[in-house]
Amino acid sequence: MEWFVQQLINGLALGSIYALIALGYTMVYGILRFINFAHSDVLMLGAFAAYFVAPPVTHLFPPQSYAGALAVLLLSAVICAIIGMLIEFLAYRPLRRRPRLTVLITAIGVSLFIEYTCQHEKVFGAQLKPFPKLLAEQNFHPAGLSINGNDVVVVVVTALLLAGLWYLVQKTRMGLAMRAVSFNEKAAALMGVNINRVISFTFGLGSALAAVAGVFYAMRAQGIEPLMGIKPGLYAFIAAVLGGIGNLPGAALGGLALGLIETFAGGIPALSNYRDGIAFAILIFILLFKPSGLLGKTQVEKV
Amino acid sequence: MMLEIKNLNVSYGAIGALHGISLQVEQGAIVTLIGANGAGKSTTLRAISGLARAKGQILYQGKDITNLPPHKIVAAGLSHVPEGRMVFANLTVMENLQMGAYLQRDKSVIRTTEEFIFSVFPRLAERRKQLSGTLSGGEQQMLAIGRALMGQPKFLMLDEPSLGIAPLLVKTIFEKIVEINKTQGITILLVEQNANLALEVASYGYVLETGQIILEDKSDALRANPKVKAAYLGGM
Repeated sequence: MEWFVQQLINGLALGSIYALIALGYTMVYGILRFINFAHSDVLMLGAFAAYFVAPPVTHLFPPQSYAGALAVLLLSAVICAIIGMLIEFLAYRPLRRRPRLTVLITAIGVSLFIEYTCQHEKVFGAQLKPFPKLLAEQNFHPAGLSINGNDVVVVVVTALLLAGLWYLVQKTRMGLAMRAVSFNEKAAALMGVNINRVISFTFGLGSALAAVAGVFYAMRAQGIEPLMGIKPGLYAFIAAVLGGIGNLPGAALGGLALGLIETFAGGIPALSNYRDGIAFAILIFILLFKPSGLLGKTQVEKV
Repeated sequence: MMLEIKNLNVSYGAIGALHGISLQVEQGAIVTLIGANGAGKSTTLRAISGLARAKGQILYQGKDITNLPPHKIVAAGLSHVPEGRMVFANLTVMENLQMGAYLQRDKSVIRTTEEFIFSVFPRLAERRKQLSGTLSGGEQQMLAIGRALMGQPKFLMLDEPSLGIAPLLVKTIFEKIVEINKTQGITILLVEQNANLALEVASYGYVLETGQIILEDKSDALRANPKVKAAYLGGM
């Protein structure tokens, strides 16, 4: 029982991180219909942004306080939002009217460019760097259990962000424009929507969420390095497909599902070496029976 | 002159769609553009609303609006109801209308326009909470027109409003188009394959054939023209 609850919290925390990343993939796909492979590198840059801002910023707050951690998180989100918008502006916007394959290959190029530039010794270097302890290690012990406090923080912050995102997409003018653009870009333009601004905003939003995920991921990892985004990026991509690419609740659900699967499979000694395999097997299995993903709708093309 | 097009050329890749057309629309008028499928009618509207890149000149109230991005054209007061209606099927009727009012900031103006649209198309009021993808073709056309009106246009472009709609509804929709023109003073440029219907409501018409204007005249004269009769009015 204790084992189960601990794995559950742990899995929810990991799943929250995947969910935050998956939302970025799925939002960009929803609007531009391509997979932004550089998204996993934005998450890495989020962790590095926090690595560099943390020492001066946390200095302004009581040591390892929530306020200090929040300030670092916010700054890193803002930095990544700008990076995400820059990537869109410089790499993808000039290719807007080109075949989607061109953009997809460009995305892979951007990803490799960021990864290998950052590995250069004059940039970040390839070796593992210790991530600053933003919050103290703390464990709760309700009813004889041992629960990692930072996992709870991750889950709670993610829940708040998901609620905020839902509000933004469903209730605000920008959210309405995003939904309209994702359905029909030309028709949205005919309503007076500045398409470029909506796309830019979407990249900024997705990248900010990725930055938060990157910081959370770094808090749980041994350290940070320029290739650290690849694995969570891949898992989050699977999560987005699993939930139904283009579907926001689907991405969140897929992320949580994958986090739980990975944690529980990893927690069983006989399965722990196969956890990546198990995650992919589940993806293949679900896509065999529901190609549009868990919450995805079957696309009906109308002429 | 409300809208003036001079020597407009549009091509899609290597294929020319419009070869130097010129036309004029007077303030408060309903002017129609008729012609067969593929003649370039929709392309003309797409060029005006900024969806297609064009060479030549498009003047709106004397100002050059050629190749402005679509959102600036809308802001200038021109609305385009595209072919195939293009309602946002993933949004409700109400949300579609909100999208139409995207550039409108004045809440009371938005409310008055909404009321006007619901009075013209009561069917939309009944279905305001429904996803617009579940509406019938005719209702979607009403929504597309209503959505365009939400933007307070002074100049409305309608692309094939009769396409794929039950004949009974087509009559209603054309009556509404005239009503909108009369009561709101909105100038209308109407593209139609159904030339009979279009020439009935319009005061002036242009006949487009393979990207060129081959005829233009008052609607009555066009309806009496033997060439138009033979080619576009079913020989009546």
